[in-house]
Amino acid sequence: MKAPSTHPAKPATSIPALLKTAFVNALIALVLFSLMIGIRTEAGSSGQLTYWTRFGDLASIVAAVFGGSIVIELLRQWIGPTGAENLVPPAVKSGVSFIGRYLAPALLIFTLLVPVIFYNQRYILDLAILVLTYVMLGWGLNVVVGLAGLLDLGYVAFYAVGAYSYGLLATNFGWSFWICLPLAGILAAFWGVLLGFPVLRLRGDYLAIVTLAFGEIIRLVIINWQDLTGGPNGVSGIPRPSFFGIPLDNSDDGLAAKLGIEYSPTHRIIFLFYLILALALLTNWATIRLRRLPIGRAWEALREDEVACRALGINTTTTKLTAFATGAMFGGFAGAFFATRQGFISPESFTFQESALVLAIVVLGGMGSQLGVALSALAMIGGFELFRSLETYRMLVFGMAMVLIMIWRPRGLIGHRAPTVYLTKAQAISSDLVKEGHG
Amino acid sequence: MDYFAQQLINGLVLGSIYGLIAIGYTMVYGIVGMINFAHGDVFMIGGFIALITFLILISLGLTAIPLILLVVLLVSMAITALYGWTIERIAYRPLRHSFRLAPMLSAIGMSFVLTNYSQVAQGARVKPIPPVITGGYTLHESADGFVIQLSNIQIIVVITTIVLLAIFTWLVSRTRLGRDMRACEQDQTMAALLGVDVDRTISMTFVIGAALAAVAGLMYLLYYGLVDFFMGFVAGIKAFTAAVLGGIGSLPGAMLGGLAIGLIETFWSAYFSVEYKDVAAFSILIVVLIFMPTGLLGRPEVEKV
Repeated sequence: MKAPSTHPAKPATSIPALLKTAFVNALIALVLFSLMIGIRTEAGSSGQLTYWTRFGDLASIVAAVFGGSIVIELLRQWIGPTGAENLVPPAVKSGVSFIGRYLAPALLIFTLLVPVIFYNQRYILDLAILVLTYVMLGWGLNVVVGLAGLLDLGYVAFYAVGAYSYGLLATNFGWSFWICLPLAGILAAFWGVLLGFPVLRLRGDYLAIVTLAFGEIIRLVIINWQDLTGGPNGVSGIPRPSFFGIPLDNSDDGLAAKLGIEYSPTHRIIFLFYLILALALLTNWATIRLRRLPIGRAWEALREDEVACRALGINTTTTKLTAFATGAMFGGFAGAFFATRQGFISPESFTFQESALVLAIVVLGGMGSQLGVALSALAMIGGFELFRSLETYRMLVFGMAMVLIMIWRPRGLIGHRAPTVYLTKAQAISSDLVKEGHG
Repeated sequence: MDYFAQQLINGLVLGSIYGLIAIGYTMVYGIVGMINFAHGDVFMIGGFIALITFLILISLGLTAIPLILLVVLLVSMAITALYGWTIERIAYRPLRHSFRLAPMLSAIGMSFVLTNYSQVAQGARVKPIPPVITGGYTLHESADGFVIQLSNIQIIVVITTIVLLAIFTWLVSRTRLGRDMRACEQDQTMAALLGVDVDRTISMTFVIGAALAAVAGLMYLLYYGLVDFFMGFVAGIKAFTAAVLGGIGSLPGAMLGGLAIGLIETFWSAYFSVEYKDVAAFSILIVVLIFMPTGLLGRPEVEKV
């Protein structure tokens, strides 16, 4: 966390003023971090609290704030007059747009080939499945947050509904994955409608809190309704998916035996990989198609201006409801996949942290941008998985990135929040038509 | 009846803590029109700073409990207020004219930062302290041996809340700062034209909210005897529920809502089930927002284009 720098009165700041700003920031940082970083408390073995000092860490952080605010101030002066837009030379810009055009197909081809390239590396395949799960969740949430502009902080509730639908139906009634998958989606969408119907009339930030509360309610109910869900112990022994009825195991009816090839446990992993890839691409495809339908256009219009939408006769409640239910359905699909991949689900997988993670992925990728969400899921999940030791810093970095992105690039790093349709010709409106009280 | 009375006392104490946090939500909402999602975490930071200050003072050999508590209160209020100021300066001020969801998302990001910052800085384990204020009074003893207890710490929590509320009400209704705050709440542009420093007033709102959250953090620490890095989350939602129930933007409403949530939660745990007490609080939030969005004392909101 950086201490703020006060706005310079004049754009060209002299060196003493610069140093003064940095000094003030360092002083603020010193007070902020003095107790939290300088002192470390821990409960001893007898329950007695002990503490020790970490003044070295404190000093380095304060020094970092001092140096950082000088650098930021200098950067601000350097960029300031020209503006961030002109900073990038045109050659680089066209290069970026060239890459942008071919990045998505290239990524897709690479993803399709991942099981071929990394056939024997189980770790990488597992990681790829995890990343794709988050890509799918991100794309699902993108319908709600990115397209319709509804802030959903309880997305994990629908993920949980999907996972428990499959887990319970499969363990109690022995239903197959392929029957349960649509059911999980339908049930999640049903819950989405059930929650959405009353609350979608609320303003944006109220909606966020209500969905957050709903997510927590679902989790608490799962924990406490022990007869049905097994409580904190979760549901175990969830059947693995079959290749449309043909099991992927070592038996005589297994897929390997039928195809006459030697059985390997990797087959199942690869099957799971393509399954989640197909589900994610389905989400993507549906989203892209929906954007071009009247309903998708209504979502985008709703995101830009709700009052204008109402004035144009769009039924905002049902429009929001469809977005909410669509997002929930994809969450449900992802949940069913999660259950079949893990073979075990427990309430611990469905905490607020998970919702937060998916939301961070969507926000960082640029709300509304499909490619951005995929790339940010890759960076956030894959990147941090590779540096396991930094796991504790993950949400810290996410949080900082969210704040910084909101300040500098509110449309996301690769954002494209532009509406799908817009007027190509600017309409000039005389100012006396829009004067207050007349417009 | 005795059981009821005991739960009433417990509920009022819990409600006072929620009320103190809820004031921070409702003030910020009134002026800036955003939900300061990180406010629950500011409360948590306040608790941690109180704990650390307390530990240092004890190890310095101080034994006078009232003196220690006073120092802890002042230090944690001051440092937490600085946190509030810094958060507003970094995460919210640059976004004042950004798109609709930006401040909320920034606040959520800030909440992650604060939660994980204290997890990284102070570890994930619960930090207990030995009981600082012990003793109490027996109000009534019934024939079957049930005793209504009023402990000293409960008295301190309630009295501190009342005193702070009195100071705060005076601040808002009688001082220059309070007048500026009310002016900004009504119309920021007009207030600025009339010479009110809007930026400074908004900063002060965050500072006061954070200071009150720090008091709540200290009270929580004394009452429950522990802090942990995740306590801001649930307490934050409940305090927000309290603010909504009381009518967001209304200061007496926040306190009233806090007491109501505290009582509901306590009675729910006492008479129904402890496991579902959070479900009860969250359900109230949803029900209130659906059927009574203006809350108990709030004004209906007019959407300006």
